[in-house]
Amino acid sequence: MSIIGLAFFVGIVGLTLVVTYFAAKRTNTASEFYTAGGGLTGWQNGLAIAGDYLSAASFLGIAGAIALNGFDGFFFSIGYLVAYLVVLYLVAEPLRNLGKYTLADMINARFDQKKIRATAALSTITIVIFYMIAQLVGAGALIQLLLGIDYWIAVLIVGVMMTVYVLFGGMTATSWVQIIKAVLLMIGTVIISVLVLMKFHFNIFEMFSDMKSATSHGENYLNPGIKYKDPIDTMSITMALVFGTAGLPHILMRFFTVKDAKTARSSVIYATWIVGVFYILTIFLGFGAAAFVGADEIIAANAAGNMAAPLLAQALGGDMLMSFVSAVAFATILAVVAGLVLSGASAFAHDIYGQIIKKGQITEKQQMLAARYASISVAIFSIILALFAQKMNVAFLVSLAFCVAASANLPVILYTIYWKRFNTTGAVSAMLTGLLSALILVAISPNVLGPEGTAIFVGNPIFPLTNPAIVSIPAGFLAGYIGTVLSAKADARKFAEVSVKANTGFKG
Amino acid sequence: MGNQKLTPLPLTEEKTTYEKIAGSKEFKHMVKTKNKFLVPLSIFFLLFYFSLPLLTSYSTILNKPAIGSISWVWVFAFAQFIMTWSLSMIYVKKANQFDQMSDDILSDFQVERKGD
Repeated sequence: MSIIGLAFFVGIVGLTLVVTYFAAKRTNTASEFYTAGGGLTGWQNGLAIAGDYLSAASFLGIAGAIALNGFDGFFFSIGYLVAYLVVLYLVAEPLRNLGKYTLADMINARFDQKKIRATAALSTITIVIFYMIAQLVGAGALIQLLLGIDYWIAVLIVGVMMTVYVLFGGMTATSWVQIIKAVLLMIGTVIISVLVLMKFHFNIFEMFSDMKSATSHGENYLNPGIKYKDPIDTMSITMALVFGTAGLPHILMRFFTVKDAKTARSSVIYATWIVGVFYILTIFLGFGAAAFVGADEIIAANAAGNMAAPLLAQALGGDMLMSFVSAVAFATILAVVAGLVLSGASAFAHDIYGQIIKKGQITEKQQMLAARYASISVAIFSIILALFAQKMNVAFLVSLAFCVAASANLPVILYTIYWKRFNTTGAVSAMLTGLLSALILVAISPNVLGPEGTAIFVGNPIFPLTNPAIVSIPAGFLAGYIGTVLSAKADARKFAEVSVKANTGFKG
Repeated sequence: MGNQKLTPLPLTEEKTTYEKIAGSKEFKHMVKTKNKFLVPLSIFFLLFYFSLPLLTSYSTILNKPAIGSISWVWVFAFAQFIMTWSLSMIYVKKANQFDQMSDDILSDFQVERKGD
């Protein structure tokens, strides 16, 4: 690690701590803690949404996936981006109009029952834990590689940092860390992309035609099918990508950090442009890494390809650019895990403790205390799990989180907003079926059971697909439907209320 | 919790403000207009999105060259970006019209939209 590299790391960490210091002064109530008091502007929240989106999995993962698998890696970019339309068209505004801090708030706006809130909190916590372990394991591996320190120290550093942001600065600090990181990440990506394009004399056609002979895949590198050969598996993965985002708690939470539905909407537009441009640039990152670093060297650094972007930065811009990109990747992980801690803590402290155990009879001060204790607990729990999960495949954990989000959360969100007949039994059965079917099908999939060295346990997979979305998402919808029609009628009066609130933003 | 605003269900048959609004002609018209916009476009973008993996999985038609050295699969992929940007711009434009409609309805019922 050079002096410059260390300076970038210290600089970025220092900047985020300054932000946290100022945010801490403005974090005195539960609303300020969970949602920054709804005080973010459209572009601020847009950048923060983009930041949440461009996790380490996006930046490091997609660059590596395109470098190694050509077009098949680009499926992730497309899926994550089109997912925005699902969020914008079907979920964002009703959610914003009905909820307060959490997904459970929104479902409880229609069904005011403890078991609904408890189930929604359970699925939120499950998603947060999987996603968090993925980020922490990835962070540990990255920092280990970049700084040459032990895995467990790396995980502890990230863990302590995320706890500090959330504990003292709440959502305000988390959002600003996210904004800073989104800006830095875009700068880094644009610089690398321009350098890659320069190598191809700023001619995209030359780049594509050169790529036909740049890798061992030959012309096939530019065609789909290098990684995803089974059509059903391909469909299942693309389903999880496009439907999962609309159920991810830390993304949904971003719609409560602005003052009204109109601002929520404009922030999504900012985010769509930023994220869209970023995902287009992933082509340059991936192609560049394949051509100027080479598959062998990428795989030698990390089998999943996660080091493609930093290695490309080194090949094109030397140690200086590599240090900058690595520091940005570190900031990316910090920002995303902080958001995850916050959404996990809100499910524990607000839903389970505040609303279920204390039945909403809780003072502002108690709420804040509960939120902080919950943040520390979520952080410690995730750090411990991450220390044991070092050998787990990061991409697998992320896709699992997406799959649970799509299967357990999306059906109940859509039914709650749009289906008049929907009732309590339907809501509980949809969430539990989506959650359990996703978890069980993954547990018996080739990720968990497979030949020596490819999976967690040695054995024959019972379920053939690596991602169960194509089965578990319909299962969630179906269970919600069956649970509803088999049980008592819905409360038409309550649906009238939900429909008016969702469509007009009126809260009586 | 003190600041949660839940309207208690009245025991009488008297309609709540929500029910009055939900039952009004204007509200029904707004929901209908909204759905007429949201449903077809949602179906469209999902079909457009899933047609990409379907075509790449079950055919090689997209592997043919489109513009110079770039094949159709990249053009189609780029079209997904154009679609996402266009549809999100269209959404905002439409949503502003719906805001106007819901403002009108709320003022008809002499209620104000309250923040939380």
